[in-house]
Amino acid sequence: MSDNALTDRPQVTGPPSAGPSLARRRLPRWTPALVVLVSVGLGVGGGSLAGWESRVQQGLIAALLSVIVTYALTSLVEDSRQARDKVATSVVWVCFAAAVVPLVSLAWTTVSRGAELLDGYFLSHSMGGMTNIEEGGGVYHAFLGTVEQVGLATLMAAPVGLLTAVYLVEYGRGRLAQAVTFFVDVMTGIPSIVAGLFVLAFWNLGLGFGPSGFAGSMALAILMMPVVVRSTEEMLKLVPNELREASLALGVPKWRTVLKVVLPTSMGGIATGVMLAVARIAGETAPVMLLVFGNPLINPNPFSGAQESLPLYVWNQYKLGNAASIDRAWAGALTLIAFVMLLNLLARGIARWKAPKGAGR
Amino acid sequence: MSPGPAAPTPRAPAHAPSRTHPEKATDTMAKRIDVSGLTAFYGGHRAIDDISMSVEPRSVTAFIGPSGCGKSTLLRTLNRMHEVTPGGRVEGKVMLDHEDLYGTSVDPVAVRRTIGMVFQRPNPFPTMSIYDNVAAGLRLNGDFRKKELDGIVEKSLKGANLWNEVKDRLGKPGSGLSGGQQQRLCIARAIAVQPQVLLMDEPCSALDPISTLAIEDLIGELKSRFTIVIVTHNMQQAARVSDRTAFFNLSAVGRPGKLIEIDDTERIFSNPSVQATEDYISGRFG
Ligand SMILES: Nc1ncnc2c1ncn2[C@@H]1O[C@H](COP(=O)(O)OP(=O)(O)OP(=O)(O)O)[C@@H](O)[C@H]1O
Ligand SMILES: [Mg+2]
Repeated sequence: MSDNALTDRPQVTGPPSAGPSLARRRLPRWTPALVVLVSVGLGVGGGSLAGWESRVQQGLIAALLSVIVTYALTSLVEDSRQARDKVATSVVWVCFAAAVVPLVSLAWTTVSRGAELLDGYFLSHSMGGMTNIEEGGGVYHAFLGTVEQVGLATLMAAPVGLLTAVYLVEYGRGRLAQAVTFFVDVMTGIPSIVAGLFVLAFWNLGLGFGPSGFAGSMALAILMMPVVVRSTEEMLKLVPNELREASLALGVPKWRTVLKVVLPTSMGGIATGVMLAVARIAGETAPVMLLVFGNPLINPNPFSGAQESLPLYVWNQYKLGNAASIDRAWAGALTLIAFVMLLNLLARGIARWKAPKGAGR
Repeated sequence: MSPGPAAPTPRAPAHAPSRTHPEKATDTMAKRIDVSGLTAFYGGHRAIDDISMSVEPRSVTAFIGPSGCGKSTLLRTLNRMHEVTPGGRVEGKVMLDHEDLYGTSVDPVAVRRTIGMVFQRPNPFPTMSIYDNVAAGLRLNGDFRKKELDGIVEKSLKGANLWNEVKDRLGKPGSGLSGGQQQRLCIARAIAVQPQVLLMDEPCSALDPISTLAIEDLIGELKSRFTIVIVTHNMQQAARVSDRTAFFNLSAVGRPGKLIEIDDTERIFSNPSVQATEDYISGRFG
């Protein structure tokens, strides 16, 4: 796509007598836009004519068409190397669109359906004393539950995960480190329902505790820990060895080197990793369903009694299936997305604030 | 960032013998290093073999020799940084005055506090300001004498010839300096902990001639207080800054490096006793 005609090597097959010419015939710059417009038109129009109603089919046809047309046009007007370049470019764009379209459509649907109900009242009330088909009610109890459960899970998983990663990168040698790495990898693959069942068997059935937010957060911590270990490990590996050596050569003991030089240097990345792990567990439903149980009332104590959580709330409301509850489900989903998004922004803020202060930043 | 009242006025000429401040006790603390039968390994690979030499106190000793002959390795064995490398192992003795650095009860951390190091590539801590970088060695060691810290930072930066350039931006990140300034910052950081020996591994190889000159001048000043060992590929530099020069060589690629000879710099560069040294210095090597 760039203006690289001048840097193109002359073709060996060009007329030798004329000397190598650097200029090439080029398509006008607006060609890609036109091609996309035309093929979208053809895709939608032709698709409707042929009776394919699905937008997905029409989109696929449009994408395929635009790639083919681009290739044909470029190889006619320009040369075959340019044509291949253009095809590669358009394939990248098609993939980009394929990734972004579902995302945008998901965000759009959630916002448009959830926004009507999402207000101060919704955020500050629970479902206490309501019949299920009534309008009104709110998400406060679920939001509180999610914050408490995720917070407790983070308090358990983040320090353990961080220390494990420090061990693996800074100290771990030999068999033990290999074993730890292996089990962390295995843990990454644990389905959330299995983590839930494990805690259920151990905590509720084995030790005889009832459902509580804490039981749920133990399962969430199991899911979160390997993610924290992995991301922190990668971040610690990025810290240049020279910095460790610089500190050691000043006569600083190793543990202080790790604490004061290595960790601060990678703090931004570590914070982002932890926040991403938090975002991942905030949407977990299965273990919460098993262990926290669900509760239409506000229960501020995560250590005793059933609680609600946002994903559980969404699921319960949707399951009720009447108009009012489905509206509440969408608004709850929007609350969850907004919560995770806020956490992400927070992580970015921390990352920027803590990032190594270089000359160019 | 005003200097405390006790902070000394600009440093007296480095060779001035008379000093009255109490902390100048370091003047007499520069130490002598005696290496005997030193062999260093990377895993199974023998990088240097059976090296015996001594480094005089309050002088500059230069290590020269072809790439891969083990100069950096030897330098790093002198403050026990070699064992930081995975697989790094050392045999033989390094005596600092009368103490064996590799004795069983010796704490490597204490060794590194006594023997500072400046690396080939400037490596200021990226999360710290200029001030914090210089103070790092003291602060990280839990040495929290806040009032004195200001004075030490200023003194070290002046000692590294950097004070005038950075005195207005001590709070700015150290990585925002030029390469030469960063290297002098690293030297300031190394001398702030008042080591007795300073090891420098090609400290000027990434620098322009002016910064190089500044650092060479600095070495000339520092040698009145520290024992300095410098690795360099620059013959002129070795001739300019050092009092004694050690030439290393390896018999073949993959073979361990050996000490060929060590002598007064003047002699090495005018009339070395080994032919290989003369060949190397005059560029007739290989
Ligand atoms: N981290 C390492 N692991 C394994 N071998 C190493 C390592 N560092 C150095 N070596 C080997 O040790 C030998 C000496 O290396 P050293 O870095 O001391 O050479 P040098 O004289 O400093 O070379 P240069 O002038 O290029 O810096 C070389 O054969 C090198 O391959
Ligand atoms: Mg080297």
